[in-house]
Amino acid sequence: MAAHLKKRAYVEFSVSVIKEEVSKPKTLRLTVPVSSAPPLLDLNLASGPQEILTQLKTLTDSLPLSPQHVDSVIHTLIEHLRKEEIAYIKARIISILGILTRTPDCNKTLVIDELTQMLRRETSHKVCAELFGTIYNICRAIPNSIDLHQKLVVLAYKHLSNSDHSVRQHCLSIIGTLGSKETHVKINEKQESPLQVLTAYAKDQDPRVRSSAFEAMLSFHQKGQVLEQSIYKQVYTALHDDSESVRLAALRLMWVIGHVYPESLIPVVDSDEKLRLVDDAFAKICQLVNDSSVLVRTTAVGLLGSLHRVSPHFLEQTLDKKLMSGLRRKRTAHERQKEQFVSGEWSSGKKWGDDAPKEELDPEAVTLMDTGACGAFVHGLEDEFLEVRHAALDSLCELASQSPAFASLSLDYLVDMLNDEIESVRLNAVYSLHKISKDIVLREDQLETVLNGLEDSSSDIRQGLHQLLYTVSFATKMCLHLTLQFLLKNLNKYPQDRISIWKCSKALGENHSNLALTLVPELLGTHAYFAIPEPDMDDPGYICVMILIFNSAVTQPTMTTLLPEYTKRHYAYLRDSLPHLVPLVRHFQVVSSAQTHTLVRANCSPQEFLQQALEKLEQVGRLDMDSGIKLMETTIRDLRRVVKLEENLVASADFYSLYLQCQLLLTKAMKDKQWSVPAPLCPQHNLTISAITKKVIELSYQLEHLFVGCSAQDLASVYQLRLRAITLQLLVQLRGRSVSGLFSKSNINQQCENYLLKLSTLQRYFAANNLQPHSFTQALFSEMHKFEASKPGILAKFLQPLLFHHRVPCLILDNKVKQACAEIFEPVGGSDNPLRFTAGLALALNVDCILDNVEYVQSIQIQVKFPDTQTQLFTPRISDFRHLNALRHHLVTQVYLSHSLWSDPCQVEICIVLGYTMDGSKGPLAPQFGNSDKQCALQLCKPVKVYIMPRATKK
Amino acid sequence: MSDIRVIPLGAGQDVGRSCILVTIGGKNVMLDCGMHMGYNDDRRFPDFTYITKSGKLTDHLDCVIISHFHLDHCGSLPYMSEMVGYDGPIYMTSPTKAICPILLEDYRKISVEKKGETNFFTSGMIKDCMKKVITVNLHQTIKVDDELEIKAYYAGHVLGAAMIQVKVGDNSFVYTGDYNMTPDRHLGAAWIDKCRPDLLITESTYATTIRDSKRCRERDFLKKVHDCIDKGGKVLIPVFALGRAQELCILIETFWERMNLKVPVYFSTGLTEKANHYYKLFITWTNQKIKKTFVQRNMFEFKHIKPFDRSYISNPGPMVVFATPGMLHSGLSLTIFKQWAPEEKNMVIMPGYCVAGTVGHKILNGQKKIELENRQILEVKLSVQYMSFSAHADAKGIMQLIQQCEPKHVLLVHGEAKKMQFLKQKIQQQFSIGCFMPANGETALIPTKCNIKADISLGLLKRSATVSGYQSQPLDSKKVKTMHGILMMQNDKLVLEDADVVMQQLGIEEHEIRFSSNITIPPMSMETLHKRIKRKFAGENVLLMADGSIMIGSVLIKSAGEPTDEGTDLLVSWSYEDEELGSALYTALEQGANTRPQSQPSTAS
Repeated sequence: MAAHLKKRAYVEFSVSVIKEEVSKPKTLRLTVPVSSAPPLLDLNLASGPQEILTQLKTLTDSLPLSPQHVDSVIHTLIEHLRKEEIAYIKARIISILGILTRTPDCNKTLVIDELTQMLRRETSHKVCAELFGTIYNICRAIPNSIDLHQKLVVLAYKHLSNSDHSVRQHCLSIIGTLGSKETHVKINEKQESPLQVLTAYAKDQDPRVRSSAFEAMLSFHQKGQVLEQSIYKQVYTALHDDSESVRLAALRLMWVIGHVYPESLIPVVDSDEKLRLVDDAFAKICQLVNDSSVLVRTTAVGLLGSLHRVSPHFLEQTLDKKLMSGLRRKRTAHERQKEQFVSGEWSSGKKWGDDAPKEELDPEAVTLMDTGACGAFVHGLEDEFLEVRHAALDSLCELASQSPAFASLSLDYLVDMLNDEIESVRLNAVYSLHKISKDIVLREDQLETVLNGLEDSSSDIRQGLHQLLYTVSFATKMCLHLTLQFLLKNLNKYPQDRISIWKCSKALGENHSNLALTLVPELLGTHAYFAIPEPDMDDPGYICVMILIFNSAVTQPTMTTLLPEYTKRHYAYLRDSLPHLVPLVRHFQVVSSAQTHTLVRANCSPQEFLQQALEKLEQVGRLDMDSGIKLMETTIRDLRRVVKLEENLVASADFYSLYLQCQLLLTKAMKDKQWSVPAPLCPQHNLTISAITKKVIELSYQLEHLFVGCSAQDLASVYQLRLRAITLQLLVQLRGRSVSGLFSKSNINQQCENYLLKLSTLQRYFAANNLQPHSFTQALFSEMHKFEASKPGILAKFLQPLLFHHRVPCLILDNKVKQACAEIFEPVGGSDNPLRFTAGLALALNVDCILDNVEYVQSIQIQVKFPDTQTQLFTPRISDFRHLNALRHHLVTQVYLSHSLWSDPCQVEICIVLGYTMDGSKGPLAPQFGNSDKQCALQLCKPVKVYIMPRATKK
Repeated sequence: MSDIRVIPLGAGQDVGRSCILVTIGGKNVMLDCGMHMGYNDDRRFPDFTYITKSGKLTDHLDCVIISHFHLDHCGSLPYMSEMVGYDGPIYMTSPTKAICPILLEDYRKISVEKKGETNFFTSGMIKDCMKKVITVNLHQTIKVDDELEIKAYYAGHVLGAAMIQVKVGDNSFVYTGDYNMTPDRHLGAAWIDKCRPDLLITESTYATTIRDSKRCRERDFLKKVHDCIDKGGKVLIPVFALGRAQELCILIETFWERMNLKVPVYFSTGLTEKANHYYKLFITWTNQKIKKTFVQRNMFEFKHIKPFDRSYISNPGPMVVFATPGMLHSGLSLTIFKQWAPEEKNMVIMPGYCVAGTVGHKILNGQKKIELENRQILEVKLSVQYMSFSAHADAKGIMQLIQQCEPKHVLLVHGEAKKMQFLKQKIQQQFSIGCFMPANGETALIPTKCNIKADISLGLLKRSATVSGYQSQPLDSKKVKTMHGILMMQNDKLVLEDADVVMQQLGIEEHEIRFSSNITIPPMSMETLHKRIKRKFAGENVLLMADGSIMIGSVLIKSAGEPTDEGTDLLVSWSYEDEELGSALYTALEQGANTRPQSQPSTAS
């Protein structure tokens, strides 16, 4: 059986590989959808209601209709609707009308008029409800017709007293969304404000109507119409309604009122005291944290977070829970821990009875029912459902970030959430802690809980915790020591976290330099008398410690004296190999390699250097070709130098140098003497120039895709560069045709037409984006009408002088650009041990990399190059990308390699590439040959070599 | 007749031997049928002779309901059904039905084979008893007979624990069994809807306790275990086979998974494997996390927890072992304890309560030297930890449940009398509802309201709805409404019908009855009067007629004779249908007449 399975797997995999090799161009056939015949609708001929229903059913199935039929169908339906007697058929037709009006350009007002007419004489509740629902939906689709809305609102008021709940519901939602609070309505000779009407209906016998009434009030509020405070009491009673939907609506309304009238005073029941409304509302919402419905709980606890103006007293209550055991007061674990650490007593071996209850409680004084805001968050965070816990965490974090005092109170609870059973909740807790980290100081016991998370198997949580540690402040030096110990433990267990841990240790060193100073001997394990062996310089753990020490040494000059001699050498090494993690320590400047840097700085800044280089370029236009070429060559060299000096300018310099390279290539191509001879080009020449144009086109794609932040004008320059290359290519073909005989007449004509097509697209593009073309392009556009005949001979005659007359202009970038690049952390290349796997089966290779300046991660692919130069592209799943910030992504994915048997282990190259198609969704210049759907890839980093070895199947 | 009568045969002001008899609407229901852990004589089973001295119980009981599989709730079931004799239906949830016989069999084995008891129920009896069981699903309403119906709610506590609502006609009560209002690692929290029963019979084990958050407890537990194995020590966790053991297993399992730990974890085999099997099957009874993830992996298919073999005891290196029984009094857990006790690095965690006299109790009290049966002295050097993982609702939880289901009365069972007293007082204070706590054998009578149902004809209902102002104002659900009609007895049913219709049916002519009265009020014109009345009876339609009389519905106010200086004589007349309004109006007018001294100056000026 197993053998059979293996075989099957083998077969499947080999098939997939073959597919990769023979990728046939797919043929697409574009078809204009045949305009469907108007649906048959003969409602009059139908023999009975059943048949009508069937017809209506087929009609709904065939939706959406093509726009030209809609009106006629609507017409037929309305005709029939007038005659129809049976309520459920009417309702059905009305709902279909509602769907039909969603088609653009259909006569909505006609339908509405008809339906409102019908509303006046309709008696069936069902139909009425359907009518209101449909009209309401249509009206919402035409937000500008105020008159219509007003008419509908008046109608809705009239039908409010309908005995059917759904009619009332629809009427209320119409009043809520379309009506305005100011227009008073006349009911029973009494003028009533809409809010009064809604309040009356909020007492309706049907819970659905009640909730609709509250929803309508909410939509009043959303439209910016201020609700009166008088509804407060009613909303409060509705919080204890039997129906979940009413409670939900009332809950939100309560929150709204809390926001609108935070400071007005509310009398407390059974006493003379008065409370601020926002406090009272907060307490009332808190009580719903114990509701029986999950949805209500989630909403309630979620709303708590955004009531910022609640007084601290009420906030503190939310975390309050008095414990007792056998009627005696008991301290919570939190209180016990706090006491221990505040008093400075180190955790003794806890005994049984350590948590034994102490003082007796007065039975009268104990409250079992939660009054006010008591313990709302304690309950929310302990809820059975993760939705509630998430919402509670979010709210707690939000409130804590508003008030530092509350932040330190809530710390215990947030830290506790790091032990939740669900990973996403733990992650949320990590992020929440991160958000408030500036206001808090972690106690040792809390820190330990936090640090325990470093052993979590989820890399997200570990990295979240690393980031948390960047900013957190510690109470004692023990904390720092503890943290470092845990980080090293983490490093040991998950070596892949290396980078993140080093960064964390850098931040720790920077932020806690004074604590680190006292810890140096312990950290390095040095001894006063005994020399210890020199640690391994490449040990990640040792590097971690050293990063911390070096970073704190920047501000602690005395630290250098504490360090053993060898650290100086290590400093030089680390400073060179990890410059972003190891800072410049002034007191260490013995054997620093940073000398070269300072030398250059003395002269001028790279920025100026770049500027100078570019300024020189402007002369190129004026120089003759040879010296121009020379200048460009030197400039390219200068630019490469800039790349080495200043990280900030790398992308811009790269962009310039690529552009210059194109410019150079084109100039070189045109320099040739042969051009001036009218005879056909020789094949040799033909080939070199073709190669050059191809190269330029390729480079232009790099320019287009690899850089972020180019202005439209910059991109246009790139396109014009490509246009030049294309023109040159065409020219070569035109002039070379008689010699090569490769191109048939028709083929050449085809080429010319293609070219013209492209030209016109480009023109449209320039016009659409309001861009200024270069002189060459400008000339081409103006001469274009002359090419219309597209005679190859004429074209060649026109193009050559144009091309030669207008030189490639210089490029001045508007913005600083950024270059897309990737850094592969895993797999780490250079291992001597091949990864072995059974031939034909798959090898899963973990790929972990950081992508910078990539706008669309969808275009990122992983390229695997086998030793036989066969390449394979893998598209990672979108869910494998973690969004770090706008242009930075973290990709953690797996690549499945498979191959047939090899005799020796060989290296495959893994590289992150940016895929693009030549037809260029971005740009207007498509390539010439019909290979527009060809996938091309730009490498974003240096390929990593992985040693693999497919083994023979074990029999 | 309409009262609910409750007699606890066990668990009345006591923990253990839960067995409560309830009579509701003429039906007798037995709730739970447990045994008492503390006794080995007759007292361990409820006194069934209370129900009947001789003969079968079948005639006296309509049904038996078992809330969950703990022995103090189902331990005497075979005894009752097979030895005393009961053939009626027994209701329990499916997990309870699956696990209950395992525990009963174990209990029987220990009693008969270890303690050598005779006259105990046999394996066959357990099987026969289980044949009488009917399973109940959550929220499923089961009709026991025409009038009696029961419905189960989720109770947490242990797998398959249920709260039961019993309903006869309009009267109903809820029996909670044992329940837990806070979720734990494998079970959710108890939940009940707002069913407003006449009586809530709730357990009150933790009547005077408010517990700390479970997360602190869990963290402590895990930290202790983690620290110990980090130092290379061995951890022994004595547990009972079912319930808490599974929670701790899940806790350890997820922690191992989360922290990527490799240290072996063992579970002593036997009973547990069978039970775990059922836990795997009844996923729907567990909490959100387990329910959500079981598609990928059933949480009870432990990845890190392996069955234990006695030969592993002396294996080197750290390990964690769950072993039965929980109080270290015998069996595997004691054997392991003896081996590991002398090593300082090791640790034993007692997750539950220990009865006095057991080794567990001794070490919890800090005894460092323990004398074994063969006079050997065992030195206890390992660290001893205590963790309470109990799944009963605390005082707050009980109050929360009461708040959720809004009963009219509460009855406390399954707790100590002193603690109950406290809770009883609190319940009365907070909810102002009646609270009972009968002792065993004591009868509690809970008064209930008896509603009499009558059918109403649709025509009458609609008309009275319109009359009461339906058009202008939405119908207020809470407002009491009066309507006029005739109550008739038709084929044992009460029917409310419109008077006209009935009279037509019976061929009787209608006689109108009007109340008329004269009243003298301070002098004022009919217009002023009209205005005043209109102000006073804002909800009514007050009309001023052309001849100067005032009409409110059928009530007529007419001036009788010319107004004099002394006052206006009014004739007030109303038909008997408008008696309410009429008399209200009359009283108002009368008051107006009496307040003449005050109102006169104002009119004079």
